[in-house]
Amino acid sequence: MKEKSTLKPLGDSAILVQLGDAIHPALNARVHALDALLQTIPAIVETVPSYSAVLVHYDPLATSYTQIKNSIEEKISLLNDSTHRPSRRLEIPVFYGGASGPDLEPAAATLGLSPSELIRLHSERQYTVYMMGFTPGFPYMGILDEKLILPRLSSPRPRVPAGSVAIAGSQTGIYPIDSPGGWHILGRTPLTLFDPTSENPFLFAPGDVVKFVPMEIP
Amino acid sequence: MTADHRAQTTLPAAVSRPSSVVIEVADLTGIATIQDLGRRGWNKCGVPTSGPMDWFAYRAANLLLDNLPNSATIELGLGEITLRALRNTVLSVTGAGYKVENYVWTFPLWTTFYVRAGWTVRVKKTSGGNWAYIAVAGGFDSPVIMNSRSTYLRGGVGAALNVGDVLRSFAPTADLLKLAARDFDAGWRDLPRAPNWQDTSGATNFMPYSQTPTIEVIPGPQADWFTAEGIRAFYESEYTLSPSFDRMGYRLQMLPSPSPKEITRKFIKELISEGMTMGSIQIPADGQPIVMMADAPTTGGYPKIANVIRSDLPLLAQCEAGVSKIRFRETTVEEAQEKYHAIAKSAIFATKQSPC
Repeated sequence: MKEKSTLKPLGDSAILVQLGDAIHPALNARVHALDALLQTIPAIVETVPSYSAVLVHYDPLATSYTQIKNSIEEKISLLNDSTHRPSRRLEIPVFYGGASGPDLEPAAATLGLSPSELIRLHSERQYTVYMMGFTPGFPYMGILDEKLILPRLSSPRPRVPAGSVAIAGSQTGIYPIDSPGGWHILGRTPLTLFDPTSENPFLFAPGDVVKFVPMEIP
Repeated sequence: MTADHRAQTTLPAAVSRPSSVVIEVADLTGIATIQDLGRRGWNKCGVPTSGPMDWFAYRAANLLLDNLPNSATIELGLGEITLRALRNTVLSVTGAGYKVENYVWTFPLWTTFYVRAGWTVRVKKTSGGNWAYIAVAGGFDSPVIMNSRSTYLRGGVGAALNVGDVLRSFAPTADLLKLAARDFDAGWRDLPRAPNWQDTSGATNFMPYSQTPTIEVIPGPQADWFTAEGIRAFYESEYTLSPSFDRMGYRLQMLPSPSPKEITRKFIKELISEGMTMGSIQIPADGQPIVMMADAPTTGGYPKIANVIRSDLPLLAQCEAGVSKIRFRETTVEEAQEKYHAIAKSAIFATKQSPC
């Protein structure tokens, strides 16, 4: 899958590199492969990979727009189908339903499933972290089984507790900090996703492979 | 995961400088946070860059005191702060829309002044701006979190200042008497000046702060999602800042005009979330532009019609709600970078350190 890539300026200190226009695992793999290759360009301050693009922040005092574009295009030319980055695999314990998952039953009812079928369909798949954003440490993961696709809540909750595991569209995610949220909350994980004072502040990184593990409450 | 090792970090790897108690927050309204140049390397994990809303005023505050260029300062937004000096020191206050009072004296912004132990200094809101930067000789010593002293309240990174807080600072880089009574405009550094693009304000020749600015922008990656009329509407309209602004974003309100225009879309399509920068101008469903600012989310799903150029971010940051009349003008990346280079050459980025 090689759609044409485009480079567009985002202001005078960043370039948006669009590798495609879809949420697709192979395209996202190219995004992360390119992201890794870009790290060796000295004038780049940082990069932000997303579903189908990489935003490149550069120092305009250290390079010119033409130079940085050329450097980026050179890296794009190095991408090939076999470019592969090893991913980490994480298992995330989840307490589904009850007070931890207030949307489990309503979502199941809307989808025409029993709650335990919903849990099974959500937890039996492996997901890839496509990108992180929205709040520190929030992982956008996909792709959900198509039997689980729901639009976002028509009214977002003003406060979703940290650790809440949720779904919307073909994505699943976990809220790392208390924040407003419009996704359907199926359960909660006791793991800490974001600790700013830790040497490794984030549990997840873009590109990780994730599996949810239902926990029994004895 | 840990920080991107190629990211330009704002702090040297292992800095261990002694610091001592310098001031106390005696009174405070509004929001005051510690900000340095910003937190780089963590955007891909969803952590915004934060840092100053007005990078020019922030840099000038440190430059005036011969501080290291990424030294932590207090950023004050829409409020007042009273500081009590706990030892002799020199402070600088820059920005727009404030005045500095010290007993019977009033100090102008963009100067430095000596304060004796026990003195109180009040930074009070006037008009003509939103953000003030208070720097101390040596720079503030506050906790370093993920390589930066910048505060990101929504993510729980750092905390806002409170009455009773005692702040520490590192040693000044020069004798206090040498640092006192400096005036940014008076050419005390005898350095070359940037061209005067619009010499409308007396505050500084380098940054033409104004409540009726024309802000230069680069067309955004989704500019082609809008009709020709929509694009024209964007550039021909005047906007003011909505009162509901904060460090995350500036909502703009289109000002009434004889022929009101809409920023119309060519088609309805969802944007797949992608990265944004400070200055990115999103057009959500209601058609009113939102400009991403220092604490904006790192990614977003609304189309971006344009991006404010770095040189003009301070001008926009200091536009007052309801009062300002803002226009946008298209420019090229090359022209924008030339403008930024000119400011940089004018020594706002200089790191001269006087021998102690």
